[in-house]
Amino acid sequence: MSLGILLPLLFFLFIIFFVGMWTNKYVSQSDSFLHEYFLGSRNMGGFILAMTMMATYGSASSFIGGPGVAYSTGLGWVLLSMAQLPAGYFVLMILGKKFAIVARQYHSVTLIDFLKSRYQSELVGLLAALNIIIFLFSSMAAQWVGGARLIESLLDIPYWLALLIFALSVMIYVVVGGFRAVALTDTILGAVMFFGTLILLMATIIAGGGVTNIMEKLVVIDPDLISPFGANGELSPLYVSSYWILVGVGVVGLPQIVVRAMSYKNAKAMHQAIIISTVFVGIIMLGMHLIGVFARAINPNIAVGDTVMPTIAMEVLPPVLAGVVLAAPMAAIISTVNALLIMVSSAVVKDIYLSYINGDAQERRIRKISYTVTAVLGVIVFFMALSPPDFLIWLNLFSFGGLEAAFIWPVILGLYWKKGNRYGAIWSMIVGVSSYILFHTYYPNAFGMHTVVMPVVLSLITFVVASIFTDKKIVYKPLKQVD
Amino acid sequence: MEDKMFSKDPRFKVAKREAWIGVGLVVINFLWWFGFAYGLSKGSPTEYTYILGFPAWFVYSCIGGLIIMSILITFVVKVLFKEVPFDEEEQSAEEANKGGL
Repeated sequence: MSLGILLPLLFFLFIIFFVGMWTNKYVSQSDSFLHEYFLGSRNMGGFILAMTMMATYGSASSFIGGPGVAYSTGLGWVLLSMAQLPAGYFVLMILGKKFAIVARQYHSVTLIDFLKSRYQSELVGLLAALNIIIFLFSSMAAQWVGGARLIESLLDIPYWLALLIFALSVMIYVVVGGFRAVALTDTILGAVMFFGTLILLMATIIAGGGVTNIMEKLVVIDPDLISPFGANGELSPLYVSSYWILVGVGVVGLPQIVVRAMSYKNAKAMHQAIIISTVFVGIIMLGMHLIGVFARAINPNIAVGDTVMPTIAMEVLPPVLAGVVLAAPMAAIISTVNALLIMVSSAVVKDIYLSYINGDAQERRIRKISYTVTAVLGVIVFFMALSPPDFLIWLNLFSFGGLEAAFIWPVILGLYWKKGNRYGAIWSMIVGVSSYILFHTYYPNAFGMHTVVMPVVLSLITFVVASIFTDKKIVYKPLKQVD
Repeated sequence: MEDKMFSKDPRFKVAKREAWIGVGLVVINFLWWFGFAYGLSKGSPTEYTYILGFPAWFVYSCIGGLIIMSILITFVVKVLFKEVPFDEEEQSAEEANKGGL
């Protein structure tokens, strides 16, 4: 490990650490601790909003797992990765102004707050909290493993030490700075991801002797690498299209993304963010996955998919630049983990502790509990990640799909469909998650589509049927006034 | 609560319209992506035509799709999207201003 690679990485970890620590002054000066700590006082501008959406969404799988798969499958996987483009604009457009306005009217700090007020049901809140805690927790563990593995391979140190470095550099500033620290550091992390992608993409093209040359080499290795159907014809149009639900429009159901759609300052910020995040998400996804494909032409002998990106970076770049570029996957992982940590913490503090254990807690007590919960969660994840599970993408996608199946309809139909009610929401969450687990176990990729499709369809049907069926049973007070 | 959420607030009308625009954009995005990717990649990969070194299907579907969508989204947001106030105070302040005029 050369010092040239090490220094940019360390420098970068220091910067985000200090930016994170600096935001603590907002937390300690705020007159509403919960709003500040879990939502940054709804104060985000367009650029920061775009960056934190993009950085939270882009994770280890975009920078490590994805390019690895693209390496073995070819351009078909790049095509698939472009299904992520809607993640840049669709969430902000569909939740949009209605969500921002209603969240303010309800004084919602979390997604669960919103669901509870919309459906006037404690059970909806409890189910939502359980989903978030279970799924995001497993997702967070997978990301920690990814982060630690990356440090382990870069610095050539034992796994536990790598994990410790990673944990300390993320946890401390999230604990003291809360949501604002997460959003601000995400802006730096997002920029690192963006420029890292551009630098590596250009260097890879140059090292391969130009795009034409690279494509010729790929055709020699296997002509199917440049078809949209994958090297072994494994990517059918239907299967690839179904990813539009998993990584495109379904992102509307991810709590860590949804909470960002209630945290911006005004309509102008939202408008700016839509444009910026579409361009950034598009360029990063296209660039990173292309790098994976190009890498095959430059070095066809990389055996482990997850090592493609680091290997090729060190091969085509001088050490200092390689350090800058390798900070990109670190940034992607950290920016996802920090968002998940504060999200799970908000579910525990706001939706479990304040809702069921101690509803009359004083400001000072809430403060103390919030710091403690966030820190304890970090420590638990640390120990879980010590004996890591093998399939990083598998775990990550599992929690992805489960959360989408649970939340997509209660959120969207809750916003726009007046007849949608608590029974619809409760059953839709139960059916969504349980059918996801069943399909995943017994009939994965049902009917040639990604596993997430059927549970999302089933939870939609359940929501609509249950809502219509029970419509007359619920008498909302305001509805009476209308009569 | 229910009543507030589905009231005849004019801002909700704007929001609903923009949400439908979002759905429309995804449909356009998908059709473009799908049409070029699978429409231009029939036959053996060895007989593909190339643009800028990439297979033509890839240029139109992925690179072109990103450029077109970025332009389209910028246009939609700048021209069709409306700025509305989010806070109650902000809104009443604006109404007061209107009354003044």
